[in-house]
Amino acid sequence: MPHGHHDHDHDHHHHGLSPSGHPYRQDDDAPLTYWQRMEIAVRELLIEKGVTTAADVAAQIDLMDSRSPANGAAVVARAWTDPAFKARLLHNAGDASREMGFDIGPLHLIAVENTPDTHNLIVCTLCSCYPRNLLGLPPDWYKTRAYRSRAVREPRAVLSEFGVELPDSTTIRVHDSTADMRYIVLPARPAGTETLSEAELAAWVTRDSMIGTGQPRAPQGNLTGA
Amino acid sequence: MARLTTMGIMTMAERVRVRSLMPPGHVRAPAYLRGKTGVIERALGEFGNPEQLAYGLPAEKKPLYRVRFTMAELWGDRAERPDDTLDAEIYAHWLEEVPDHAPWPSRP
Repeated sequence: MPHGHHDHDHDHHHHGLSPSGHPYRQDDDAPLTYWQRMEIAVRELLIEKGVTTAADVAAQIDLMDSRSPANGAAVVARAWTDPAFKARLLHNAGDASREMGFDIGPLHLIAVENTPDTHNLIVCTLCSCYPRNLLGLPPDWYKTRAYRSRAVREPRAVLSEFGVELPDSTTIRVHDSTADMRYIVLPARPAGTETLSEAELAAWVTRDSMIGTGQPRAPQGNLTGA
Repeated sequence: MARLTTMGIMTMAERVRVRSLMPPGHVRAPAYLRGKTGVIERALGEFGNPEQLAYGLPAEKKPLYRVRFTMAELWGDRAERPDDTLDAEIYAHWLEEVPDHAPWPSRP
């Protein structure tokens, strides 16, 4: 870009719209927070003293990023198609997930089953406990004060905002992850999926349906009435 | 209280009240459940006491239970639906037994 135009361009860098029509967004130049500085200091010290390496830290981040709701969906689909596995899942969901080959470490997992008259909802009012070792990182809203406080106080209003309308005859069971257990909802198998394979079923299981703030996506059209 | 610290003695559906304590420091018994009465949903085994773990101290193993409360017990007449429930994990040292013959706390 010709230098002669520099000042002119500069005037417009932080105002108005980009050439593609989007507003410019400020760079994130705020100073580090106390806890960000603490994390960097501890990480650099651990590496400097040979306790861990930068490659190990990156590998652990990779491992966590490789976990996703697809893991939980596979567990749910297995439970929908294999009654013996479902019984093992409801008895000890951690062991049942390990049996499928998922590397969930020491996770203590409890599966709670939705039935025609019971709907389960998971929250952690104290912080952000979530079955990360199976499902990966929680959604941002799960960690908000609004969700954490309202899910235990007015779960029906919260569910309604997520688009889940339940009849008054359905009992809601809220589970507050206050200590060492983590929870996964076993949603009800959608109608119209009788002919689907385990792998096909897993595609209908959403993250929110395993938190209880959603239902599995239901096949429409081609499968209705099958 | 002694009965609560021995695994396997507390049984399902036994009534318990969360202690109404407000100690300083890291605890994992939520304030909104303190003083509330529920029933044991299941025993979970023994886990290191988070009140010591949080400070890097050697932690005693404490029995942990899932306790089920009704929304009526937690929120009174402001509950959306009185017999919806809330389950939470509470350590034995935060629970006191409620005699079977004791009436449930009066409700609005």
